[in-house]
Amino acid sequence: MTTVESAGSSLASPPGAGIRKVKDRTATTLVYAAFAIALVPLIWLLWTVVSKGIYMLTRNGWFTGTERGITYRDAGGGAWHAVLGTLEQVALCTAISVPIALLVAIYLVEYGRGPLARMTTFMVDILTGIPSIVAALFIYAVFITTFGGERSGWLVSLALVMLMIPVIVRTTEEMLKLVPNELREASYALGVPKWKTIVRIVLPTAMSGIVTGVVLGIARVAGETAPLLILVGYSPDKNANLFSGPQASLPGLIKDQFSNLGSTTILEGGKRVTVHYAADRMWGAALTLILLVMILNLAARVIARRSAVN
Amino acid sequence: MTERTSRHSGTSDGDQPRTAEAIALARAKAEARANEALSDVERQADAPDEGGVNSPAGSTFSRRPVVGSSEPLGVSTLDDTPEVFGAGSTSLDGNGRARIGDRVFASLTAGAGLFVVLLIALVALFLLVKAIPAIAHDKSNFLTSRHWDTTSGALDFGVLPLLWTTVLISVLALVLAVPVAIGIALFISQYAHKRVARPVAYVVDLLAAIPSIIYGIWGITVLAPKIQPVADALTHLGAFPLFADKNVKGGTVFTGGVILAVMILPIVTAVCRDVYERTPQANIEAAWALGATRWEMIRLAVLPYGKPGMISGAMLGLGRALGETIAISLILSKVSNTGPFSFSIFDGGETFASKIANNASEFNSPQQTGAYIAAGLVLFVLTFAVNAAARAIVNRRKEFS
Repeated sequence: MTTVESAGSSLASPPGAGIRKVKDRTATTLVYAAFAIALVPLIWLLWTVVSKGIYMLTRNGWFTGTERGITYRDAGGGAWHAVLGTLEQVALCTAISVPIALLVAIYLVEYGRGPLARMTTFMVDILTGIPSIVAALFIYAVFITTFGGERSGWLVSLALVMLMIPVIVRTTEEMLKLVPNELREASYALGVPKWKTIVRIVLPTAMSGIVTGVVLGIARVAGETAPLLILVGYSPDKNANLFSGPQASLPGLIKDQFSNLGSTTILEGGKRVTVHYAADRMWGAALTLILLVMILNLAARVIARRSAVN
Repeated sequence: MTERTSRHSGTSDGDQPRTAEAIALARAKAEARANEALSDVERQADAPDEGGVNSPAGSTFSRRPVVGSSEPLGVSTLDDTPEVFGAGSTSLDGNGRARIGDRVFASLTAGAGLFVVLLIALVALFLLVKAIPAIAHDKSNFLTSRHWDTTSGALDFGVLPLLWTTVLISVLALVLAVPVAIGIALFISQYAHKRVARPVAYVVDLLAAIPSIIYGIWGITVLAPKIQPVADALTHLGAFPLFADKNVKGGTVFTGGVILAVMILPIVTAVCRDVYERTPQANIEAAWALGATRWEMIRLAVLPYGKPGMISGAMLGLGRALGETIAISLILSKVSNTGPFSFSIFDGGETFASKIANNASEFNSPQQTGAYIAAGLVLFVLTFAVNAAARAIVNRRKEFS
């Protein structure tokens, strides 16, 4: 391409060539600037979270303590209750989503013809775009208003299922499409039933891609906050029971500390110092959450790459 | 990242090298598995009952692969169109009936598909059922009223201010994000070296990985004070109602729009990048051959080809922005809805999603909750329409290419 370009510019310059060159330069500058603009918030945000959150993370007891009895006037506190809640809610959500999403993807790729398949594809698209707050309202309308349940952690998991399914379906669909037809045909030719071909040959072949999709799905829902607000209360204490009572989670902890921001003055070395304990904990929880999500994302990348290289 | 996978549906031809590698890998892996499966079949042949549960007691179990026939016989009605994999894709027993395992598995997967369809239908149904009584008891007009009073015995609420703020903040985000997204997409697909393009794309995708609550706390505590001078400068421009000064510091639609723009940047970029990368090489080379500069080539070949994709990418971004909850709820300051209607982007307010989120702890009586569910219903309809339109554009394009 560069040779073509230089050949073009070495022609006797026709009228207007200068303006064309200026326009080209301007466009190039703008395109590079656009990329720089995108980098600014990313780096700025990550820097803020890391620099403000690292203090709490390196403190003793952050990953073992809870927030019981701790107000914005108190130092310390931990995030164990929140980490536990997030892990439980996400684990239940994953356990429900994965089988459904896999079956939907298999249906779309291996079986789906006709109106139901077209409808399903469309609805998965719609599900991708459904706001998390609407998913939460739906679960609320069904399980709390209609069936009279109480707010608890497993309802959050159900709302997250609606957000996770489309992610896994889409990735799995792509992976199943990549499995060459010759494999299926070879299997059929040997007399293997279709379902066994799918379970024993198609799925294992696409496995790494599917795992990537699941991990991306987990990363997508781990930071969701809207369903928490509607479907479960925040508890500063540890509650390992998904099915009753308020339960903490990392986004819930961030929200709670944000709502109770405040400063207090302490005596340090004979001088009065203003400290922001709640803000420290908020950024600490934010960093913990970002680390969790980023590690999951990286894991997904690594799995995807390893499967591609092998 | 999510968006990138979803938009790839049906267009996997974009990733040629990966596909080739994957195929080679898959083939090697599956050869081993086919052998395994074959031995399974042999084992089965010794126990004929497994395959012929439905066959009459007297019939001998004979495995007859229906070579050459592209029509599986007697499979469940869902499979009545010709199978793409042709012969033998459905194994039949001696009487031409599908094996029980196949039928169970096929209905299981179809059931999962049906579940997704029903899920959306149920969302619409439940929101509607719970919202209608509240709307029926609403003292003022649901769509045009500016009141929101659900605490006292009588319901008196309307969604006009919510609708205005939601649309304003989303459109602002779109206006800010789309040019940048197009720039990045061009950078990745047309300017950067392939070795640079991949990490750049990954970095932009990282923006999508950051949870929205973190955007929220960062936006209101760190970004808002820093962009206040910009806001001040714009409010000094004069009497233009969009830029009117409302004495709200920090928690304005403007701040929210900037944050939303960052949040929707990855999805818009991903869709644009995808269509740009699929510009036919012939068009690009034709432009080069005419002596076009790089920018002229982009304007002649890449942008016209990518136009529908750009529109649908922007609409997907809009859908995302309309439904964003927690970041907006943390950023926007609540303002009272008395006094003249405010058109300014330097005012606070509430979107549908943030209104629901802000009041989630007050869902007490069903009727009161109904008012919020009604707001959620409007949001659902809005995002449904925007997403469906975006998908329709993408899919129409797909049929052409």
